[in-house]
Amino acid sequence: MSFFQKLKESVQQKTETVTQKFMTGLSKTSHNFVSAISDLFSRTNRIDEDLYEELEEILIGADVGVKTTIDLVERLREEVKARKIKEPAELKSLLSEVISEILKRNEQEQHLRLNEDGLTVILFVGVNGVGKTTTIGKLAHRFKNEGKKVILAAGDTFRAGAIEQLETWGQRIGVDVIRHQAGSDPAAVIYDGIHAARSRKADILLCDTAGRLQNKVNLMEELKKVHRVVQRESPGAPHDVLLVLDATTGQNALVQARQFGQAVNVSGIVLTKLDGTAKGGMVIAINHELNLPVKLVGLGEKADDLQDFDSDQFLHALFRDMIEAEEGNS
Amino acid sequence: MAFEGLSERMQSIMRKLRGKGKVTEADVKEAMREVRLALLEADVNFRVVRDFVNRVKERVVGQEVMRSLTPGQQVIKVVNEELTQLMGGERSKLNQALRSPTVIMMVGLQGTGKTTSSGKLARYFQKQNRRTLLVAGDVYRPAAIRQLEVLGESLDTPVFSLGDQESPVVIARRGVEKAREEGFDYVIIDTAGRLHIDEEMMGELRKIREQVSPDEILLVVDAMTGQDAVNVAESFNQQLGLTGVVLTKLDGDTRGGAALSVKAVTDCPIKFVGTGEKTDALEPFFPDRMASRILGMGDVLTLIEKAQSAVDQEKARDLERKMRTLTFTFDDFLDQLQQVRKMGPLEDMLSMLPDVGQMKGLKNVQVDEKQLVRVEAIIRSMTPQEKSHPEILNASRRKRIARGSGTTVQDVNRLIKQFNDMKKMMKQFTQMAKGKKKKKRGGFRFPFMS
Ligand SMILES: Nc1nc2c(ncn2[C@@H]2O[C@H](COP(=O)(O)OP(=O)(O)OP(=O)(O)O)[C@@H](O)[C@H]2O)c(=O)[nH]1
Ligand SMILES: [Mg+2]
Repeated sequence: MSFFQKLKESVQQKTETVTQKFMTGLSKTSHNFVSAISDLFSRTNRIDEDLYEELEEILIGADVGVKTTIDLVERLREEVKARKIKEPAELKSLLSEVISEILKRNEQEQHLRLNEDGLTVILFVGVNGVGKTTTIGKLAHRFKNEGKKVILAAGDTFRAGAIEQLETWGQRIGVDVIRHQAGSDPAAVIYDGIHAARSRKADILLCDTAGRLQNKVNLMEELKKVHRVVQRESPGAPHDVLLVLDATTGQNALVQARQFGQAVNVSGIVLTKLDGTAKGGMVIAINHELNLPVKLVGLGEKADDLQDFDSDQFLHALFRDMIEAEEGNS
Repeated sequence: MAFEGLSERMQSIMRKLRGKGKVTEADVKEAMREVRLALLEADVNFRVVRDFVNRVKERVVGQEVMRSLTPGQQVIKVVNEELTQLMGGERSKLNQALRSPTVIMMVGLQGTGKTTSSGKLARYFQKQNRRTLLVAGDVYRPAAIRQLEVLGESLDTPVFSLGDQESPVVIARRGVEKAREEGFDYVIIDTAGRLHIDEEMMGELRKIREQVSPDEILLVVDAMTGQDAVNVAESFNQQLGLTGVVLTKLDGDTRGGAALSVKAVTDCPIKFVGTGEKTDALEPFFPDRMASRILGMGDVLTLIEKAQSAVDQEKARDLERKMRTLTFTFDDFLDQLQQVRKMGPLEDMLSMLPDVGQMKGLKNVQVDEKQLVRVEAIIRSMTPQEKSHPEILNASRRKRIARGSGTTVQDVNRLIKQFNDMKKMMKQFTQMAKGKKKKKRGGFRFPFMS
């Protein structure tokens, strides 16, 4: 069975709607990326330096990043040699295989770590405007639908209107929001959030934090303090520290992952705004260089525009055109 | 910084070349490869990079560059010049309406900083004694109107809103009407973030444009944007006809190659850059500085300006005298420290330094703000006499200081040692100035650098 067939079967086993959502969200992405690659493979009939160089550009153009791209292409070269591949077309399948390997490396870590017998605390961190608050709204909506009792903590006391933004989400989906005044100590809000969640017997506490650039020492210290408070007030917590990344971000995403990772021990990534035209190649770079699993993806602004990350679906959507082309040939 | 600067890479290539006497075509090729990688790592779009590298190559090969004594530097110079040129050469100003108010429309993807930038622009005009009306046109994102209202309040600038049930087109039109009637100088329309491929939402922006005929349509772009910046900018430009760009979040540690991509595909000048979350953090765009930043050559000019505005000239002269006469005390030390801190977070400053040759040592410097705070606390726990006569600091005094400042005796000892080293160094400097000793490089460290 070819790699593409395997991919397809794996995707078919998953629910239709989820796949659909992924496909619409990623259709633009997939189209640009894939047509560029298909184009490249059908144009050339020899595997040569130019081909590798163009491939390199396509991957870089998808924000895979220079280092990961060079590594990927290096792997391709080795495989081509080892397997004595001559046809450019065979490179297609090989490339997605190599990428898939990277994405699957952290697969077992991909699910949210829920605390089965007690309160689960999830902390959301990231730079400004990436989608932290919106993701919290979406995730609260999901948990609520699963019948869980959810509480939100308005830990962004800095940005104008941030508390009200979270409260609006709370009202929209019908969950409580713990808040203090604007300008107050975020660690104190989170502290209250934990105690409120416990006394109200909530299952899930989602903690919002203010957006901050990773190079601001003081703001990162503030975040560490919030993290420490969570650790202290609720043993075993935070169960997840999710770094929210905007898919339109370039190479700085890796710096973000590294710095936030060091500061508050990030356990996973939420990749937002994949409904745009950004290619999402960062997912590959992040897995490759930092071994941080992508747990969730944001595919829009509405409450149900959130999905678990699934590498098969991701790849399938990314290489859809190619899969169809291969079927047409056989 | 996550990536090596172009300067460093060039230097290492050129080191390899040294001794070869002649620079070959293959060498040029390798140099160009480094230029290409540097730009790609800075997130400049790969197509833009391709064109750019070809242009630079022509200039480099056609010129005397490769025969000069410092080909590496020359290549960088050409690259830098071309980059600066491409990003607009000179600073570019805002369009003004012939009759007030000047209408500015803010557009862009979600989360790029439109609302914050609207507030900053209002503040910018306020400093020029101009009155601005802010118009709350984002009716979609929860509490977006509230965000603008809070900003307006803090700036004492009125915000026009019709709540979130009215259409943004109507809000914009009524806002501009109000500004006209009440004699405002500027009206800034904040709009909701949207995807450039969302036809319905893009249509809404076109309708607003038709209704209010803005003098400026500013695309707000996050400096951290990757390769997709070209698609976004091109698409917004085609659908709306942009007049300029605001580049935000430049206070981060991104190289900001998106600036180049956006300029290349839209040919719209970057008019402002956002450099912080406070409303004052808006600056005009300087193409030459951006060029150096993209290439990882530091932003020396900005650093110098910051230093000049923060350091009290009087105090500087005073300090210089004390250094000469070797009467430098812990009080002066503390003073120094505070002046340095006024310039902004130390890491911001260090990131502005070039990564070139002799500065290399600085690259690995980790500034520890906690350490800074500790140093301050220690000095503050000294008596005036101890501060001016550090030699009296015996063991029991040191113990007291450690307790008073919540540090350890080791911390206190280390600081005193560093202080003495610094004094010794000053002695060398003074002697050097008098021509007694040969110049000695390196070794000097502030105590808060580890
Ligand atoms: N298209 C799209 N927009 C999104 C997605 N996630 C969030 N957004 C939008 O991005 C913008 C910023 O989202 P927020 O949730 O406010 O981001 P944040 O990280 O909380 O921002 P700060 O608190 O200001 O740092 C909003 O307009 C959201 O609607 C997504 O998956 N797709
Ligand atoms: Mg938020």
